[in-house]
Amino acid sequence: MDIFLQQIINGLVQGSIYALVALGYTMVYGIMGLINFAHGEVVMIGTLVTITVAGSLIKAGMPVAVAGFAGLMAAVLVCMALGWALERVAYRPLRNAPRLTPLITAIGMSIVLQNLAMMIWGRNYLTFPALLPKMDFEFAGANFTMIQIIIVLVSAATMGGLLLLVYRTKLGMAMRATAQNPAVASLMGVNINRVIAAAFVIGSALGAVAGVMVGTYYEIAHYQMGFMLGLKAFTAAVLGGIGNLAGAMLGGILLGIIEALGAGYIGDLTGGFLGSHYQDIFAFVVLIVVLMFKPSGLFGEKTGDRA
Amino acid sequence: MNVNLPNPLLEAKAVAKHFGGVKALRDVSLTIRRGEIYGLIGPNGAGKTTFFNCMTGLYVPDGGGFTFDGAPLIADAPDKAAARGIARTFQNIRLFGNMTALENVMVGRHVRTKAGVLGAMFQNAATKAEEAAIRQKAIDLLHYVRIEERAGDLARNLSYGDQRRLEIARALATDPKLLCLDEPAAGMNATETEQLRDLIDGIRRDGTTILLIEHDVKLVMGLCDRVAVLDYGALVIEDVPAVVQKDQRVIEAYLGA
Repeated sequence: MDIFLQQIINGLVQGSIYALVALGYTMVYGIMGLINFAHGEVVMIGTLVTITVAGSLIKAGMPVAVAGFAGLMAAVLVCMALGWALERVAYRPLRNAPRLTPLITAIGMSIVLQNLAMMIWGRNYLTFPALLPKMDFEFAGANFTMIQIIIVLVSAATMGGLLLLVYRTKLGMAMRATAQNPAVASLMGVNINRVIAAAFVIGSALGAVAGVMVGTYYEIAHYQMGFMLGLKAFTAAVLGGIGNLAGAMLGGILLGIIEALGAGYIGDLTGGFLGSHYQDIFAFVVLIVVLMFKPSGLFGEKTGDRA
Repeated sequence: MNVNLPNPLLEAKAVAKHFGGVKALRDVSLTIRRGEIYGLIGPNGAGKTTFFNCMTGLYVPDGGGFTFDGAPLIADAPDKAAARGIARTFQNIRLFGNMTALENVMVGRHVRTKAGVLGAMFQNAATKAEEAAIRQKAIDLLHYVRIEERAGDLARNLSYGDQRRLEIARALATDPKLLCLDEPAAGMNATETEQLRDLIDGIRRDGTTILLIEHDVKLVMGLCDRVAVLDYGALVIEDVPAVVQKDQRVIEAYLGA
């Protein structure tokens, strides 16, 4: 029983990170039908920027809390600029190209960003500075840490902020209108280019927050870390129904929990033949099952009503 | 209505558009004057909607051009046409179905407001005041087209007639100088058409020039100050309804004689 509760807690933490990253995929897909496979790399760059900024500030003798906050802000700003540049340079020129073209460009940008990060930060694993106090708690036989609590709280607050933005502001309204029908939205005076740029910038900011949390959680970072994280978050977005914000959030959390439970029980289930390091297969089993039986995802809307 | 008033709002000069070998518009020139209701009629496929689309930036014309409100109209993007003061509704209703009636109208206010991405993210006082003003204006417009009690309903749940009215309210939200209505009476019964007629007349009286594409010849002839007839992409005649109705070429175009 305590393994069960423990894995639910672990899954919730991992899942909130997936959810934040999945939102970046789903926002861009919802508005322009593009799967931005470079999004995982944006998250990775957020983590590495934090290492550089927060790490050197701590070395310079600044208090950890201040350095951590500065690192987070730097990551958010760099990722926002990166998201904006990606859209402007790589995707906007292909706005009217066949759908496969920007998809391949996205994969290309993913490789470019990975190599760029390798040139800047090197090939080695980097240690993420300890930004949060290490404190352990126990509840009904399960352990959890201060870091885990903060990750869940920060992602909940960030997602709440996003929902307010999308459902309570003019920009959010323009984003929803563009998602439903870009041609009509532009006839009503909505500047489609700005809305699409905003989706990239906001999604990248969420990705930066996720990147800092990944670093804090695993205390380690690497220029290739964005690839698997991106694939998992994409799976979460598909599970929830890509293009749907609530779907990305729920899909992320569900995927985190499925993975954690899978990793917790896979040893027992296979008589020790497969260990918990096989946890990645669960995400992709989920992806395959969703694509086979409910390709539109949990909250998926039917597509194809674009004018 | 003095039709000789030389007060042009929109002038089309030799506008041409072709799709492959099909000449959808052949050098169409016409003038819409301020304050009038201008009808554009013609058989199916005559080029009416193509003309609309060229004007509102959905298509780029292959030849000729438009002058709007005293300056060339270079509508290479639809939001620029909206910013200049051209709004439209659609032959097949195109609302944002999953947004409420009120939100549909609020989207139309976009072009007349300023707060940008940063304002939206940090919610300063100016942004909040602006959004409150947008909401109030949208409520007023729903009241104007008499569907204010449906404000909170999703657009796709509105009745057909109410959806047509909502499209008009959304177009009016952009504060247009020229409101283009693409077959607003399509699919309406006699009562609804009568109410629509009153609404269009009211909008004109409140100062908006109207371009009306319509199949309902009775509605066009009764409502419009001047009428242009298109056939096979070319302008057949542009005159007051009484003259157009008696023109032999128009009768031939419509009856296929």
